[in-house]
Amino acid sequence: MRLSGWGRFPVVDTDVSRPRDTLGMTEALSREGTIAHGMGRGYGDCALGTEHTLITQHLNHVISFDDTTGVLVAEAGMTLADVIKCFLPRGWFPAVTPGTKYVTLGGMIAADVHGKNHHRDGSMAACVLWIDVLTPDGHVHRCSPEHEQELFNFTLGGMGLTGVILRASIRLQRVESGWIDQTTVPAANFRDAMAVFERSADHTYSVAWIDCLSRGASLGRSLVMLGEHAPVSALGPAEHADRYAMTVRKKKSVPVDFPRFALNKWSVTAFNTLYYHLGSRQPAQRLVPWDSYFYPLDAILGWNKIYGRKGFVQFQCVLPLAESERGINALLDAISNAGAGSFLAVLKRMGQGRNDGIAFPMEGYTLALDFPATPSNLKLVARLNQLTADHGGRIYLAKDAVMQASQFHNMDARSERLRAFRAQRDLHNRVASIQSRRLEL
Amino acid sequence: MSKNSVLILGGASDIGMATAHRFAESGHPIQLAARNVSRLEAAKTDLSVRHNVAVELLELDVLDDAQCDGFVASLETLPETVVCVIGFMGDQSESETNAPAARTVMRSNYEGPACLMAHFANAFVARGNGSLVGVSSVAGERGRASNYVYGSAKAGFTAFLSGLRNRVTKQNVHVVTVLPGFVNTRMTEGMDLPAKLLAQPSDVGNAIFNAVEKQKNVVYTLPIWRLVMFVITHIPEFIFKKTSL
Repeated sequence: MRLSGWGRFPVVDTDVSRPRDTLGMTEALSREGTIAHGMGRGYGDCALGTEHTLITQHLNHVISFDDTTGVLVAEAGMTLADVIKCFLPRGWFPAVTPGTKYVTLGGMIAADVHGKNHHRDGSMAACVLWIDVLTPDGHVHRCSPEHEQELFNFTLGGMGLTGVILRASIRLQRVESGWIDQTTVPAANFRDAMAVFERSADHTYSVAWIDCLSRGASLGRSLVMLGEHAPVSALGPAEHADRYAMTVRKKKSVPVDFPRFALNKWSVTAFNTLYYHLGSRQPAQRLVPWDSYFYPLDAILGWNKIYGRKGFVQFQCVLPLAESERGINALLDAISNAGAGSFLAVLKRMGQGRNDGIAFPMEGYTLALDFPATPSNLKLVARLNQLTADHGGRIYLAKDAVMQASQFHNMDARSERLRAFRAQRDLHNRVASIQSRRLEL
Repeated sequence: MSKNSVLILGGASDIGMATAHRFAESGHPIQLAARNVSRLEAAKTDLSVRHNVAVELLELDVLDDAQCDGFVASLETLPETVVCVIGFMGDQSESETNAPAARTVMRSNYEGPACLMAHFANAFVARGNGSLVGVSSVAGERGRASNYVYGSAKAGFTAFLSGLRNRVTKQNVHVVTVLPGFVNTRMTEGMDLPAKLLAQPSDVGNAIFNAVEKQKNVVYTLPIWRLVMFVITHIPEFIFKKTSL
């Protein structure tokens, strides 16, 4: 069938199976050119098999949960939305969460996702105790930081290229409520935004929305949003009545594909200006539900349709701290000059990365934004990838759809080790995505 | 949070499982009845850990008359609500020429489920309350060449539920008929079905939960099916017999 990632670019033909148990998984993985696919929220071609795509949706059982330690054992197809729905009312929240809850645990591990607390708490790897990985020979390897360490390291961030993640044990964090104490700090330009991040290192969560079309002195103007889990004592009566903020808000959905002309530099500039000024005017500090703080876009089902049926590409890089200011300014300049803005560009300060394995994060700044998949924007993204390489940065594989193999291998010396690991275990043709083929992994 | 239990007949099916989750989410203990029920151990753990409810597995083969007739008596606790999602589509072309195959389809979709519902209805009447939910099918609304063996058995089940509702309503027992339309399950996997008419198992689970809470009589999962079936049942026979729907 025709399948694509969340960006709906590229669209490829692949056989699809949806196994119902481990035996079915083993059979499915015995086919050459197979990759696992969870909720399909990887943007590009990371979860599209070269021959066959194995959808893990039916392997979503909870295996155990310890109410005293917050340790959850579950099958890899369980979604983060379900984790929150089941365990937040008992006082537990994911220790690390990406910007959507419509992801599977397997996908979160494969991408080694990071959240707004990366600067303090690290990436997904920091809360994974062990992973069961199925390899094409039918073996299930239980790997952890102590056992089969290399497999563990390459599975976190390895984009499913070490085998199929069957189940995992993860640690949740204790929270007193489902409310987030949010503080919004306007920043007039990128340097300002950096200063806000640097002095907010103690905050649990921080992220900035950045206006990538502003120019000159206001290049990179941002709204930095800081957040803390609100303790019960900080809740007002309204919040108290809904302590874990589980009341479901009505979701809107995008009914049809927007025509391509709907998004242009004028409409995006107008939106960005409005957003910045509204954001600057709202009360600097307020309590917001977890759902709107962490997952604002989840409230609009099918938001990927606003980019039209030809889809979009997402660009996300991280630059080392020393190069961040110069590098991000260069990226913003290139974007602003191209006049190709996206509604929600996101900037975040990252903490230490892990050098073992292949995971994305490194200490510095990460910038993420999306563009309609037009020929000129594809060229722009290639240019941004090059600028990232020039400044010693990395590209996030969960977003990438266009990077070239040579660019990737030059950018990240660790890629050779992953390639060797896969060759040594005879995985390179058997467990393969369109992305791994493109990146020659 | 000590609510009364909900028994799902056909608990291994996707719709059965989704329904179990919906009731468990609201704190109801769950009983799952199915064939080779030991294969549901993982699902049992999942249900009980997710929702903090007790879950019991019960062996039941709808084609085993003795088991069906003794089933209610074998239960330690009589549930508050019984949801029957037992069904078997079979292969229409095989059912056309192979009488034993057709008989299995008829017995799985009509005889077995109807007899089970009858036993529970009598037990509920004796107790003085309870809800019975029968998952039937829009295929029973009008026989079509593509699935009339299955459809005719579902038609029988729909009529049975309607009559049963009429009989027991005065005795404080409520009967719900569910006509799900196309649902994205194991039964329809690989079929090319129109997305606008395709419900998810969780949609059916929600519809069943709401129907029990609000004491509805006949529910479709997606409202559009009411319209679709209105049209299909009103096409004159001399035209209908020439169509291929």
